[in-house]
Amino acid sequence: MESYLSILVGLYFAGSVYLLLSQSLVRILIGIALLGNGVNLLIFTSGRITRGVPPIIEKGAKVAEASIANPLPQALILTAIVISFALFAFVLVLSYRAYQEIGTDDTAKMRIAEPVEPSHLPKGY
Amino acid sequence: MIGYLVLTPFLAALLAPVLVFLLGHRASWILALVPGYLLYRFFDFVPAVAKGETVLQSHEWLSGFGINYSFMIDGLSLTFAFLILGIGFFIVIYAGGYLKGHQHLGRFLAVLLAFMGSMLGLVVSDNLITLFVFWELTSITSFLLIGFDNEREASRRAALQALIITGLGGLVMLAGFTLIGLVGGTFELSELLSKGDVIKEHGLYSLMFWLVMAGAFTKSAQVPFHSWLPNAMEAPTPVSAYLHSATMVKAGVFLLMRTYPMLGETELWETVLPLFGGATLLVGTVLAVRDKDMKLMLAYTTVASLGLLVLMLGVGGERAIEGAVLYLIAHSFFKGALFMVVGTVDHEAGTRQIDKLSGLRSAMPITALAAALAALSMCGLPPFIGFLAKESIYNSLTHGGLHEWTIAIVAIVGNALMFGVAASIAIRPFMGKWVDPPKAVHEGPVMLFLGPLVLSITGLVTALFALQFMQMNFFSPMVSAVAGKEITLDLHLWHGINPALILSVVTVGLGIGVFVFTNELKKIFDKVLNFINWGPDKGFDQAICFLTWFAGHFTRILQTGEIRTYMRITFLITALTLLIPMYKLNIWPNMPSFPKLSLWEIGVFVILVIGILQVVFARTRLTAIISLGIQGFSVALIFMLFGAPDLSFTQFMVETLSVVIIALVLTRLQLMKQDRRSVPSLIFDGLVAISVGVGMGALLMNITQMPLDLRLSEFFSTYSAAIAHGRNIVNVILVDFRAIDTLGEITVVLITGVSALALIRVKAIPEKKTKTTKGSPALKETS
Repeated sequence: MESYLSILVGLYFAGSVYLLLSQSLVRILIGIALLGNGVNLLIFTSGRITRGVPPIIEKGAKVAEASIANPLPQALILTAIVISFALFAFVLVLSYRAYQEIGTDDTAKMRIAEPVEPSHLPKGY
Repeated sequence: MIGYLVLTPFLAALLAPVLVFLLGHRASWILALVPGYLLYRFFDFVPAVAKGETVLQSHEWLSGFGINYSFMIDGLSLTFAFLILGIGFFIVIYAGGYLKGHQHLGRFLAVLLAFMGSMLGLVVSDNLITLFVFWELTSITSFLLIGFDNEREASRRAALQALIITGLGGLVMLAGFTLIGLVGGTFELSELLSKGDVIKEHGLYSLMFWLVMAGAFTKSAQVPFHSWLPNAMEAPTPVSAYLHSATMVKAGVFLLMRTYPMLGETELWETVLPLFGGATLLVGTVLAVRDKDMKLMLAYTTVASLGLLVLMLGVGGERAIEGAVLYLIAHSFFKGALFMVVGTVDHEAGTRQIDKLSGLRSAMPITALAAALAALSMCGLPPFIGFLAKESIYNSLTHGGLHEWTIAIVAIVGNALMFGVAASIAIRPFMGKWVDPPKAVHEGPVMLFLGPLVLSITGLVTALFALQFMQMNFFSPMVSAVAGKEITLDLHLWHGINPALILSVVTVGLGIGVFVFTNELKKIFDKVLNFINWGPDKGFDQAICFLTWFAGHFTRILQTGEIRTYMRITFLITALTLLIPMYKLNIWPNMPSFPKLSLWEIGVFVILVIGILQVVFARTRLTAIISLGIQGFSVALIFMLFGAPDLSFTQFMVETLSVVIIALVLTRLQLMKQDRRSVPSLIFDGLVAISVGVGMGALLMNITQMPLDLRLSEFFSTYSAAIAHGRNIVNVILVDFRAIDTLGEITVVLITGVSALALIRVKAIPEKKTKTTKGSPALKETS
């Protein structure tokens, strides 16, 4: 089962990297969203896959059955989903504002921090 | 105990500003007690050192690395300590008079005292690394003192230049020290000095030699590193008199003397040192004769004198060392005194241009006397210590062959030119007809004439009355320490008529000629130098300009300012770090097994793949957004199918929200539909993306084919109900076992929410039309 998911994860990474490398803000944003899902699946798969049984202890029992899904990656992913959503929402708003201010969605033209013409170099002293 | 003595000036430095605040410039009388007290304490070592003993004291520091706070007092370090403290005593007093009423006098005295401590530490250090630390401390304090008048650009430039040249030299020297330490097996000089043969015969000797020379030559201002020293005259005169003539610039010579038994008397040493020293002597004297500013004239003769010292050490042998030692001591006295004289004249008469001063002897008799005495010593006339020094130098050069005679001629020319400069400084401003100087001139206060008078008289008394005492307690032990063997000197003012005396007479004759024909010589030197029109000083500026230019352009290559380049590099490296180890170590994942899938599983996977492809290749943004939702929901389904219902719910909610807000935002943007990338860069990006994908997929396959450590998971499964009383293990982990982590997560979400809100609420500040801003999009305010 892990083999299928490994291939899917590979596909996720390839897709998101391809989008992240683009020059357009929107594509980069979508790439970030895609990357989040890819990473979550990566964690999920590396904790091994079991069909069906959620990590819940039966009523009355003190210890879980041996066949349950691995709870640890699930806990990590739960945090990761929320954080990546928060990150995505923030980046989205930031990009929107940047677009409003600069008037372009072309990252090659967003050069406030590193302008094309370097600021005057010091001559020493 | 020595360690505490070395620290005393630093403590005094902390007190100096307070004392100046309370007492004004009179505080320097009290602060002068510090070197005075130390001088008194160092007298304790005199009898032992005179007997040829070496005092060693050590405190552990980083003894694991062989680095200790250890000290050695022998003839060399003791004489240096006396020079530093003795001259320092008068300099501290002089500084109080010179900078009387200056608002930063406290700061000045503090740094001056800190320098005194550093210099003292430098000369008494036994450990090479400790020596290096003090060495760099002197560079730093010198930087602070040269740049004391930090509102002038010339001052700042001079300070930086001195720091860069001496600091770089020091760093190179550290490499040499490390090498010596590794070869010799210890950093303690007292042990290394007896291992000279091991070091000289080692294959890396020439490397060690050059590295150490880099330190010595930069610090002692040898050509072509000399330009920082005349520039350092930007500093107030007490600094010039103390650091840049009497003590700090001699650190390089000190290092040569200290390492003489270890590195000296080889062919390399005896070739390189005379070359650099001789060149420095001639360049220094020529520049000194040419100048009109008395302070600069003295600075250039200091360069020349340092050259002469290096030259003599390069000649080597007992006699040459004797000459170098005597000249070093004599120079400290007369040059320190002359600098203070020039400072006093500058202070009282308002100028130090030699052609604007004349006939000051009646107005400043004591200063004139000090100038005359010091200049006589500098000229090398009897019965001053300068005469003894010059006799010893000539004496060592008249016993050899052609090599020695060549050096003797260089020395005579240099000395004659220095004679001319010394005579000019002592005679031209003070003798002749009275010329009204810029300020109403009168004799300086006692604080200003005490130092030069005492130092110049010392040069006379030493040779005339205290020769036996000085010879036994200072000169002989110092020569012995440098040569690395027991030597007893037998100095007299009168040796009868010998070759050395004849050379002295020749020097004096030439020197008088130089004095008389100074103006003619100036014209000739001016012509030559104007013809060359380039010097290390200009070269320094060019080097700095090149450095900033190079740094700017190199940064531009690394930091293109295009986010796509950064991303490409990042992901290319990611792909390579994933794939290269697997390729090199041949640890590709095994051919995976593909178990049979149920129908709905196949369905979910297919939808997911379509979703991803659709997102990547979408033509319109609406398709992209919808496809993004599709792949997100598919992931939620996968979580559902494989035993993670909690994840599934969360994912559903988050994906729904994401699609909603992304749709809200993106529909407000005017976006280009086409990908802007050219075809080749599309192919390149595609290849990078595929490599990263293959790499991550293979990595994950590799991971899942390895045994899994389930200890943590088992811990949670076992104790979830027992300790935390919860049956949903995932929930228990989040809210109980890792509750703090979840708290952090919530905080992050909160902060992001607030920041996003702030971003939306804050409106752009409208551009002011009165202010013309170039490159308007780049400079628009975004906050």
